[in-house]
Amino acid sequence: MFAFMIVPLLLLFVFTYLPFGKMFSFSFYNMKYVGARKFVGLKNYIKVFQRDDCFGALKLSLYYMLGSVVQLSLALYLATILSFKVKGGNIFKGFMFFPFLINGIAIGFIFKFFYTRGFVFDTVLQWCGFQLDNLPYWLRDQRINNFSLVGTSVWRYFGQNMVLFIGAIMSVDAELYEAAMLDGANRFQQFKYIIMPSIKTIITLNVILSITGSLSAFEPPYVITDGANGTGTYFVVMHQIAHTQQKVGLASAMAIVLLLIIFIATILQKLFFKYVFRSAEDEDPRAAIRRERAVARSIKKLEKKSAVGGK
Amino acid sequence: MNILYKIGKGALTFAKYFSLVFFSFFAVLPVVSCFITAFKTDQEYQTTNVMTMPKSWLNFENFIQAFNKAGMGRAFLNSTIILICVLFFSVMIGTQLAYVLNRFKFFGNTIIRALFLFASQLPGVAMQIAVYEIMYNLGFINSLIGYIIMMCGTDIISIYIYIQFFENIDYSLDESAIIDGANYFTIFYKVLFPLLKPAIVTSCILKGVGTYNEYYCANLYLQDKNKYATVATSLYTFVGPLGSKYNLICAGVIISLLPALIVFILCQKQIYSGLTAGAVKG
Repeated sequence: MFAFMIVPLLLLFVFTYLPFGKMFSFSFYNMKYVGARKFVGLKNYIKVFQRDDCFGALKLSLYYMLGSVVQLSLALYLATILSFKVKGGNIFKGFMFFPFLINGIAIGFIFKFFYTRGFVFDTVLQWCGFQLDNLPYWLRDQRINNFSLVGTSVWRYFGQNMVLFIGAIMSVDAELYEAAMLDGANRFQQFKYIIMPSIKTIITLNVILSITGSLSAFEPPYVITDGANGTGTYFVVMHQIAHTQQKVGLASAMAIVLLLIIFIATILQKLFFKYVFRSAEDEDPRAAIRRERAVARSIKKLEKKSAVGGK
Repeated sequence: MNILYKIGKGALTFAKYFSLVFFSFFAVLPVVSCFITAFKTDQEYQTTNVMTMPKSWLNFENFIQAFNKAGMGRAFLNSTIILICVLFFSVMIGTQLAYVLNRFKFFGNTIIRALFLFASQLPGVAMQIAVYEIMYNLGFINSLIGYIIMMCGTDIISIYIYIQFFENIDYSLDESAIIDGANYFTIFYKVLFPLLKPAIVTSCILKGVGTYNEYYCANLYLQDKNKYATVATSLYTFVGPLGSKYNLICAGVIISLLPALIVFILCQKQIYSGLTAGAVKG
């Protein structure tokens, strides 16, 4: 029976935990993949914080965080619409989900084409009445190019988030909606009191995932601009340092620093959500007791009244 | 009152469909524009706007050229080999692991689950720094077999899909098989494995699309682009001298996403349910 587990655990060890350990030890050396290595202690870590291109690149993840807020709210909005009866709902869903299944390189080309001066995006904006001369260069203008890249990542993933949310909303008992309708709740109230509480977990999960995701944003800048013009996120810089410049030690230190940041962020978020949700649940029993007492009091009053009236 | 209510409802319906159409438009626009451009001749591409329709929808010249220039025949062959091997082995490994994790209580059960969960949290790009060294030492650079072995590792999502499915298979089946004298191996292959089919299909689709689209590791470890290009990395041919011939590039892009599109149209339901199952459990 344990023979069943040898292969998967071996693979897990060789390709995940062994490299994890190795990376940790690399981060203390000045080394390339081949050749001599020199122990340098914490120097690599100090460099990570000193070099502009390393730590400064983390600022870019703010763009991606903003993007993921847009992405999640958009996904939630569309999921709410699509989980009620909509004509052609499946087709809309399919259209919006499909980008998730396209490979990263193809997306890179599609969006290079999309954003090129005078091409697709500019044409569409011109239909809407914009002048070409007033439009910026989407991928070259440093003020705007990160937003363009974040746009591609929103485009790619919002459909997938939407499908997850739809799945969660669908798992809500349909009778709840009927009951709410009978009680006269409108769509917004239904959303707030029925849908939101029941998909709380999956939203929490996605928020956590999207924040770690934006810290480790990699694909859009890697394939579309290759990190040029100030779009190099932390991982793009790390990739260049590791595989182009072969400074493996420094890159490992970068990876470890980011992993630490991600873990701290995750733990903080978990605590935050736990606190928020627990305080909501804590109030419930007390409120329930108060309500019971109030009911009991009013019943007593009624009894008294009826008793008085009886006399 | 009644009229107001009706107007309100109408506006709501309008807003609903408007936002659906609007966002769907933006979701398909980049791909559709690519599709249009792929059918244009060089001359048309240079003279007309990107959003004008091509003269002829039967101009497959670009597709043929892109296919040959990027060596996509070879790439499709490689991708198919990789796909078949990876799916076969990862299904075997994953179902076995899920079987043990679900059917047996032992010290380390939860630890193993936690290890897989933790592994899924590590960003892949960062890990490749050290994985590269291991692959190098194992002699797995520029080796299809090495790449396949690396990709075979099961991921937490398929394990969850399998475990969920095992939970719904009644334990009495196992018991009756044991009474009939079957060992764990026979129980797994003769009794449980056939029952797992729907879960296997779901996880195969997810894993298959993922493997087909994987390009970072393929680019890193299969460096000989003539011999070992996969469909995803073969598109790299278009970076460089061909970089501005977008009619050709678009044709290449469309070819590369066709398989995913076909799988998507045929297996929509499994993809959706697979994603949801994996995420809800995770």
